[in-house]
Amino acid sequence: MLRFIVKRVGLSILTLVIVSVIIFLMTSILPGDIAKQTLGRDASPEAYEIWNKEKGFDKPLVVQYGRWMGGVMTGDLGTSFKFALPVSEVLGPAAAKSAQLAIVALILIAPISILGGIAAAMNRGKKVDRMLTVGGLSAAVIPEFVWGVILILIFGVVFRVFPVSAFPNEENPNLINSVYHLLLPSIALLFVLFGYISRITRAGVIEALDSDYMRTAVLKGLSRKTAVFRHVLRNALLPTIAVIATQVPYLVGGLIAIERVFNYPGFGNTLLKAVIARDFPLLQSAVFLTGVVVVCFQLIADILFAVLNPRIRQRVTE
Amino acid sequence: MSTTNIPTLELHDLEVSYTVRGIDRQVLRDISFSIAPGEAYGLVGESGCGKSTVAFAAMRYLPRNGKITGGEIFFEGKSIVEIDEGDVAQLRRSAISMVYQNPSTALNPTIRIGKQIAEVFELNGASKSEAIERAQAALVQVQISDPAQVMRRYAHQLSGGMAQRVVIAMALASNPRLLVMDEPTTGLDATVEAEVLDLVRELRRDTGTAVLFISHNLGVIRNMCDRVGVLYAGTLVEQGATADLFNNPSHPYTVGLLRCIPRGGLHKSTDRLDTIPGTPPALGTKFDGCVFAARCALVDDKCRTQPPQMVTIDGAHVARCFHSDKAGSLPRSVEQIEYVPEAKGHSTKVGDTLLDISHLSKVFTQDGHRIRVINDVSLTLGVGETLGLVGESGSGKTTIAKLVLGLVEPEDGGIITLDGKGLAKTLNRRDVQDIGGIQIVFQNPDQALNRRHSVTRIVGRAVERLRGFSAQSSIKRAHELLLGMRVEASLHGARPVQLSGGLKQRVAIARAFAGAPQIVLCDEPTSALDVSVQAAILNLLVDLQKQDQTSFIFISHDLGVVRYISDRIAVLYLGRVVEFGTSQRVFNGPFHPYTEALLSSVPNIDGSTRKRIPLTGVVPSPSKPPSGCVLNPRCPRKEGSGYEALCETEEPNLTEVEPGHFMRCHVPMAKLKQLQS
Amino acid sequence: MTDETSKQTKQMELSERLAVLKKNKAFIIGASILAFWVFSAIFGKLVARYDQDFADYESISSSPSLKYWFGTDSSGRDVYSRVIIGSRIIIVISFLATLLGAFVGASLGLTAGYLKGRFDMVLMRILEAISAIPVIIIALLAVAAIGRASSVITILIIGIIFTPNVARTVRAAVLGESELEYVAAAKLRTEKTAHILFREVLPNVLPTLIVEFTVRLGYAIFAVATLSFLGAGLEAGSPDWGTQVADTWSLIFSEIWWPTLFPSLAIASIAVSINLISDALLEVFEL
Repeated sequence: MLRFIVKRVGLSILTLVIVSVIIFLMTSILPGDIAKQTLGRDASPEAYEIWNKEKGFDKPLVVQYGRWMGGVMTGDLGTSFKFALPVSEVLGPAAAKSAQLAIVALILIAPISILGGIAAAMNRGKKVDRMLTVGGLSAAVIPEFVWGVILILIFGVVFRVFPVSAFPNEENPNLINSVYHLLLPSIALLFVLFGYISRITRAGVIEALDSDYMRTAVLKGLSRKTAVFRHVLRNALLPTIAVIATQVPYLVGGLIAIERVFNYPGFGNTLLKAVIARDFPLLQSAVFLTGVVVVCFQLIADILFAVLNPRIRQRVTE
Repeated sequence: MSTTNIPTLELHDLEVSYTVRGIDRQVLRDISFSIAPGEAYGLVGESGCGKSTVAFAAMRYLPRNGKITGGEIFFEGKSIVEIDEGDVAQLRRSAISMVYQNPSTALNPTIRIGKQIAEVFELNGASKSEAIERAQAALVQVQISDPAQVMRRYAHQLSGGMAQRVVIAMALASNPRLLVMDEPTTGLDATVEAEVLDLVRELRRDTGTAVLFISHNLGVIRNMCDRVGVLYAGTLVEQGATADLFNNPSHPYTVGLLRCIPRGGLHKSTDRLDTIPGTPPALGTKFDGCVFAARCALVDDKCRTQPPQMVTIDGAHVARCFHSDKAGSLPRSVEQIEYVPEAKGHSTKVGDTLLDISHLSKVFTQDGHRIRVINDVSLTLGVGETLGLVGESGSGKTTIAKLVLGLVEPEDGGIITLDGKGLAKTLNRRDVQDIGGIQIVFQNPDQALNRRHSVTRIVGRAVERLRGFSAQSSIKRAHELLLGMRVEASLHGARPVQLSGGLKQRVAIARAFAGAPQIVLCDEPTSALDVSVQAAILNLLVDLQKQDQTSFIFISHDLGVVRYISDRIAVLYLGRVVEFGTSQRVFNGPFHPYTEALLSSVPNIDGSTRKRIPLTGVVPSPSKPPSGCVLNPRCPRKEGSGYEALCETEEPNLTEVEPGHFMRCHVPMAKLKQLQS
Repeated sequence: MTDETSKQTKQMELSERLAVLKKNKAFIIGASILAFWVFSAIFGKLVARYDQDFADYESISSSPSLKYWFGTDSSGRDVYSRVIIGSRIIIVISFLATLLGAFVGASLGLTAGYLKGRFDMVLMRILEAISAIPVIIIALLAVAAIGRASSVITILIIGIIFTPNVARTVRAAVLGESELEYVAAAKLRTEKTAHILFREVLPNVLPTLIVEFTVRLGYAIFAVATLSFLGAGLEAGSPDWGTQVADTWSLIFSEIWWPTLFPSLAIASIAVSINLISDALLEVFEL
């Protein structure tokens, strides 16, 4: 098992190295002169040169990449052009805010989606199933910001039951108030993620329902309900929980539009500001951070899956 | 056990339909039979005849689209057609159990074996600890040697035979009065099958459980059952005591079925197999007259318009036929091919050595382990001969085929010579003539024929590439070949999915013959087919061989088939040839101890009893072969041979023990002969 | 017996499958909606009632009426006409981006799946790394690096980002196919690798590829709309739906909801229509 984990962690690190190279190359090689974009078109060539020297952009690419990665290792992410603050001080609080939103959203999304998937599987081919699967996936392909706009229109403007901003105005909002503000954006994320998670759950449950061992259980004389609980859900849901972890990229990606619509000072909004200001130190690290989050969740999913599945667990241990 | 005359299970005019795409299709019609307490009733028939449906109907477990549309099922005199789900569950918990095909998937992969068996005892009210104890006892009952250890394992850690024992233990846990067994040994190796069948027989003797035994294998049915029913197109066509039915088959279908089987002693040189013309009707076909009329040689107008009733042949022996008196003298059905052979590139005469394989080995690397799957195999094949390769799963039969074809690269030192010319190790270094010279017919035509291409294209393209013909003449030759294999012209534009299994295999054979091959490898070519179709394919292969002296390497787990078609036989165990010789020598003995065990495990369709020579233990992993002779831990002849020490330390060589007969065994011929007499 | 019934459905011919498809309700609804938008994209001027830049200064931000079906925006432009005209941009960009991703992805997937070995390993690592960054974020990064948003760049970025997904799907299908013996049979009649890939394997992978294409097309709509909403997808002032929402959505707090809602619904309707189509295809081809 340990060997498996070490190997998986190694692969994840390799992936992250490739991610960092891609990010670095995109910002360095793609056409578009950073100095020109930052200082404006009218600045003198000397000004560009001084600026580039100051920021270290005159050094060879390998050196620049080394400096960036060295900084990432030691926690020094450089200084944001826009905020004139260390990147970590800009990114840290914003990421914490986004994590709050993501956690509230996941607490809402995971159980509802899993239950939806189970309900669809148990009613396979019936109306409930069609509605949940077709409806769920149709909702999932509508962009988050469209959901945001529609939700704000309905609950914030027409009925005025929910705050339209995700962030309370008070100085020290209590937990309930914070969650209350996060509810509408979480619902928007729910619409986008419900379809995927419930579909994965449904497929897992159906596979288990159709399995020979389920037949064995029923023919042993277990009632259908007991058989489903003991033999189907156990086999179907444990991997599903692991699979949810792989949906994290969608969640992180979705945060950007959601934070913009609900005006939430999180990671996504910060990243968007960095894009508009062409604040590359901030942008590089922000994008790399999303890569780290996604890869970590995938790693957790992989390991969880192996731990939960005796077949893999055994192959791994041997 | 009940002492009254009430049958354990009784089916009365049972009718079952499946709804497929909105249309009800009848799959069982007027099925009536009964099973007395303690009796074993066998149900035999080809795929699609509805035998599994009978089993699941008896368990009240039809698929979601299936329903009972008529008739009755009585269990111990009480109807179970209308009872509710709770009562059905109670019945399954305490009175009826089932064992089915594919035991390894029948067990839950994430729950330990012990807990799965204990579950049944808990259902019947045992406490947790008591249930665990009884589960262990149940494993002892099915003769698992290390029950405590097996209790802690997961399904994937068990061999097929072991998994089936566990499933049987689970089925017996409720002390059932009826055990339904649906193809319980299909897919298991012959020696494992024999062990499981022995176990079932012993358990029946000990428990007195009534058994509904379902199988496509007539030999198994004959050896396991007191009475037999023959099912065709969802209709019971004949029923009787086992010996009566097998000795005096009285329905043309039963007669045909028994004649199709290459049974002990038949050989291609003297005997031609009978076939049943046509194919079984599709699911849900409607009939005005007899269900078998379309394929019957005795058919007349009455058969086509009027459904026959069961007529008594003799006592309890009944057949559903107007002409049951004439069934025994059913005319033989013999079909001839119209194959036009092509001149072969090489000049050799029958019997000359065509293929010479020497010291062939193959090592696969898996997760860092080196696994020697083929070890020092040497074989020869003559012009116009068939070499049969037999052995259980994992013995390396298919790998040898791939090595010969060049699909897999052999280790250094292995040499393959075709007609005196050394062949390159891999396909891409062989020339067109060598590649066309050795072709293959795969086991599963669904995978071997590209489902997006037409039959003409599949064969035509092979002609074009291997013979260098123009596109037009390739198509012409393809049609010629297909007609020769009896694939009608109207089907030449069809895709493989539109053809029956037998026709697909004919197309595959036509493709193999496209390059005028000298050798055709046949890798279990009839294993996926029903016996009536198998016979026609075997006849076709034999005819092809007679017409143009093609040589075959015939791989099969079915010893009857191999015996029928082969001139020479090689017996494989753990990637080694343990015995090699003419068909007659290998089948008549003295045998290599492994061959002996293998032959004795085949259920005999003639009803003669024969002592089984058991192989103890399981097949060792090729990554960790035993020291000495690889068979020695399981060898039935090691003890008492006087060679025990040698067997355990030194691997024997393949030596010629008599002219044309090779064996890999330390025990001398004379001693073996004495032990085996 | 259950095996046999399922075998029968598997043995359906293509023409039969298409017949089933034509009866599929979800497919009909999806295809109708998509057909409407494609028609609008091609013949937008016929469906629209005003020019996209026509501004009626007399009625600024007027609510939906007979004259202006979807109302007017804060510059007095007809929302209905702008929604109709806007369909062209999103459809063309999404389609081209998907085509690019599907073509490159399918080529890589086919080769990787068939050749396996080192090429496959390296490629899969790189593709995995690309898909570790959410689509929107990698697109934003590229836009920032290049310095301006434009439709060509959006097509390239989305196309490249979709490559890993398509490649992975196709690769998995090819891996499954190349295990089948018809591939060995083709080798045994001296076929070249290219022939085996394109004439033997590809036709069998095609249904998978078609479904993947439609699924990706849905995502492309999603991504293009989101990027243009964030101001990073298209040239500024472009009359596409995402930009329209971005330009007007702050007005919904003043209860001027129509310039925002209608383009939002347009995005939703086209995304859902494509999803209905791909879902129906998935069902009919039993993938």
